[in-house]
Parts: sequence; C-alpha cells; structure tokens
Amino acid sequence: MPVVTYVEHTGAEHRVTLQSGVSLMQGAVANNVPGIDADCGGACACATCHIFVDPTWAERLGGRNDMEAAMLDFAEGVQETSRLACQIKVAEDLDGLIVRLPAAQH
Amino acid sequence: MADGSVSKSVTDHANSIPLDGIDVSNPELWRTNSHWPYFERLRREDPVHYCADSMFGPYWSITKYNDIMAIDTDHHRFSSEAHLGGIAIVDQSDDLRFPMFIAMDPPKHDEQRKAVSPAVSPTNLQLLEPLIRERAGKILDALPRGETFDWVDRVSIELTTQMLATLFDFPFEQRRKLTYWSDIASTIPGPGQIVETEEAKYAILLECLAAFTELWNERVNAPPTGDLVSMMAHNPATRNMTPEEYLGNLVLLIVGGNDTTRNTISGSIVALNENPDQYAKLRANPELIPSMVSETIRWQTPLAHMRRTALEDVEFQGKTIRKGDKVVMWYVSGNRDDEVIENPNAYIVDRERPRTHMSFGFGIHRCVGNRLAELQLKVIWEEILKRFPVIEVVGEPDRVPSPFIKGYLNLPVRIPA
Repeated sequence: MPVVTYVEHTGAEHRVTLQSGVSLMQGAVANNVPGIDADCGGACACATCHIFVDPTWAERLGGRNDMEAAMLDFAEGVQETSRLACQIKVAEDLDGLIVRLPAAQH
Repeated sequence: MADGSVSKSVTDHANSIPLDGIDVSNPELWRTNSHWPYFERLRREDPVHYCADSMFGPYWSITKYNDIMAIDTDHHRFSSEAHLGGIAIVDQSDDLRFPMFIAMDPPKHDEQRKAVSPAVSPTNLQLLEPLIRERAGKILDALPRGETFDWVDRVSIELTTQMLATLFDFPFEQRRKLTYWSDIASTIPGPGQIVETEEAKYAILLECLAAFTELWNERVNAPPTGDLVSMMAHNPATRNMTPEEYLGNLVLLIVGGNDTTRNTISGSIVALNENPDQYAKLRANPELIPSMVSETIRWQTPLAHMRRTALEDVEFQGKTIRKGDKVVMWYVSGNRDDEVIENPNAYIVDRERPRTHMSFGFGIHRCVGNRLAELQLKVIWEEILKRFPVIEVVGEPDRVPSPFIKGYLNLPVRIPA
C-alpha cells in the first residue's frame, strides 16, 4: 500500500499509508491531515482540496482535467504544481509521493 | 418534522395532492415556513419535477443533493446567463438589466470574478478579522438587557451592513444605504412591496450607481487600495466596465454579502432556541463554533435556490429537459437529503462533516464570499458567548415571503438582565 506524505504549510509532515484507489483528498480527510477542506466531497466542485505536487512527481501523475483546471482557476495562490487532491487517485506506483498543502483553502 | 413547525394539514396536503399540482415556488409556502413536506415528497417520488404553471412560468425542480451538484457543475449545458433569465426563478426583467458575473457564463464570468475574489482572499480575511471583532463587540455591548428587541435590526443587519461598508470603503455613517439598496435590488416590485414598479426600482438603483461612481472617480487614478471599488477600478478585466456592468456587480456584491449573512446570523439564534440542548453544548464547548457556523448555514440555507437555463435538450434522471427550460436547483431541499446527509432535519452543532452542504453552491459559481460569511459568523458567536449566557427568542419571527431569499424580517429576542 503506497505511502504518501502530506506536508503542511508550516513544514509539519504527515506520512500516511493509503489504499490504492482512494483519492489524495479522501486519504487526507480519512487520516485527519489538516489543511484539506473538501467541501464538495470530491466532486471537483469547490477547489478546497488544493495541493501542490512535488515537481518530481508531476509528470507521473498526469495533468489537470478540464473541470479541475476550471476550478483551480478560482483558487488562491495557484502555481504550476497545483492540483485538486480529489482528482488524483492513489496507485501502487505513487509510493513515496510528497504533496504540499497551502496555508489556507479559499 | 423539519424545523418542527409544519402542521399536519399541510403535510397531508403535500402528500395527497397530485404530483403535477405541486408548486414549491409559491411565496406563501415560504412566508409560512411550510414548504418542507412538499420537498420531501418530491425527493421521494419525483426528484426531477416539472411544474407546468406557476407565477414564474413553467420550471423544473431539482431536489436531491447529487442531482443539484451535477447540474451546478455542468455550466456548459446549464447557463447562468442574464439574458436567458438569470439565476433566480423570477426572470430578470427584459429591458432593465444588471450585468453581474453571477449571471454570466465563461469566459466573461471568469474574468470578472477574478477581479473581485482577491478582496476576500485568506490573506485579506486575516486583516479584516480584528475589525470585524471590534465592530461585533461594539454592537453587542450596545444591546439592551431585560427587554425585547429586534435581533434582525440591531445585530444581523447592523453587523453585515458594517461589513459591507468596510469592504467597499463606503462612507461609514451612510452605511444603511447599502442595506436599503440591497433590499430594493432583491425585491420583486409589486403592490405593497417596498418598491412597486420596475421603473421605480431602477431609479433607486441608479442612485446607488451615482454614489459608487463618485467613489470610483475618487479611486481610479489613486494608488490601489484593498477595497472592492479600488480593485474593480484597477483590474484590467473590470476597469472598462460599462456603468450598467458596474452597477450589476455592485448589486451582486451588496446583495451577496447582505441578506445571506444577515439571515444566517438570525437563523443561528432561531436554530439554537429550537434546539436548547445544542445551545447548551455550544456554550460548554466554544471550540464547536466553526462547526456550528457550517451547520447553521446548512440548516438555514439563506438562498433557497439558484436557477439555470438549459442550453440544449438534456436527458436527466429519466426526464427530458428541453433547451430553454428553466431549471431550479433547490439548495434548501438538497441540504435535507438523507441520502447524503445523516439525520438532515436535525440541527447538530457537532455533526460529522458539517461542511457538506450546498448553501454556497458548487462549481465555477460557488459563492466567492463564503469564507467571509463564515468568518463573520464565527466572530459574532465568539463575542456573543463571551458576553451573554443566553439570547431568548420571545416571539415568532416574520419570514421573508420569497422562494429565493430564505430569511427573517424580524426576530424578537430578549437577553436576560
């Protein structure tokens, strides 16, 4: 089962073992990782699960889908590495993934 | 029964009339707070329901959480465009238009929204919080003890109006004009209403435009400041707005930041009084305030619906929505959908996942001010709990007779001496 590290804005790290198939959002919420609000429950509809993907992983994860890009357009502090955590499904080959959380979800 | 106030005769009526006789838009249902069993029936028997005739014309009711979510996020096929009727069940009047980004589709919507959203960024909210707290404190300290007063006027309206004046950097002593213009903008003109004709409504809103044009002229050539007027005046996307668009976006921000927050502040007092065990829990555990804020926003659902217009024929849950049809997403119903929210009619200040609600909408139009609303509510309750052991509701409130704005015209309360 892949291990994902969520790094808070403060630098605090949360190493979490996740099941393949759950989204990074679900993984954060289920493991009480602070900093992900997920108001819409994973429907790509609220942009409150904003994360930054470590650049070394960005290519392996693929890019943003259209709806994700549209929603990210309205998030705060969006960067090249920004993704919505609800749109990234955990898989075995993501073991060791590191993602960073913004200071606040808009 | 939801909210504990629907009579058996109303429930019987809702359960027995033919489905095609149900019209949830009837303002009387909202004045009397008796729409609940009609929505329950629709969710159960006809969740995507066509009402062929109403005072607003024919319309579809979308009543379940997931269906509402699907339509709210499908802006390619379900438009918010003003010229198609806009975003409320009442069609925006044909010749008197207020172009506002809530009633636009991409790309124009996106450009205008991005011009104002920095005003309510997390960074800006951090700066606003001490001011909100100071003002909340002053308002609360001035309240009478041991006598009945109107919470809506003395607190809900006063606090949100002060907030708006701050956001716009509008002359503080004239801030009640913002409330006035907001109420005018939200009123469907008619006999006995605060404004009786569309012409009269527009004339008043032109006064609003004149006042804000003066502010624009003062700030457009000055260095940019953090208020909404200056932001719009300096942002390339909005710098060259027409006067109509400026007025439209002003109305949007004034209305968006006004009734909704106001009615949720009032609603929190109603909800806690109807559920004294929850009030006790909150008093004993002030760390529950953020959760209680979200739960109140869900329970109150200050905007009962948002409306879209179909841009093409759409097959949806076994029904055919035709191009041009009016589609009403009843957030008030989605927020009580027991397939998504557990025990949805209960007001529970520490429920799991309180942020799972539809009151802010979803998708690209999701309420841009939602964190500001939550901040105001959080702060006012922190300050209330510091000061008053209890705020008692001492009479029935009058409710806004509208299928859109779900709120309270007044709320008689008493703070024990």
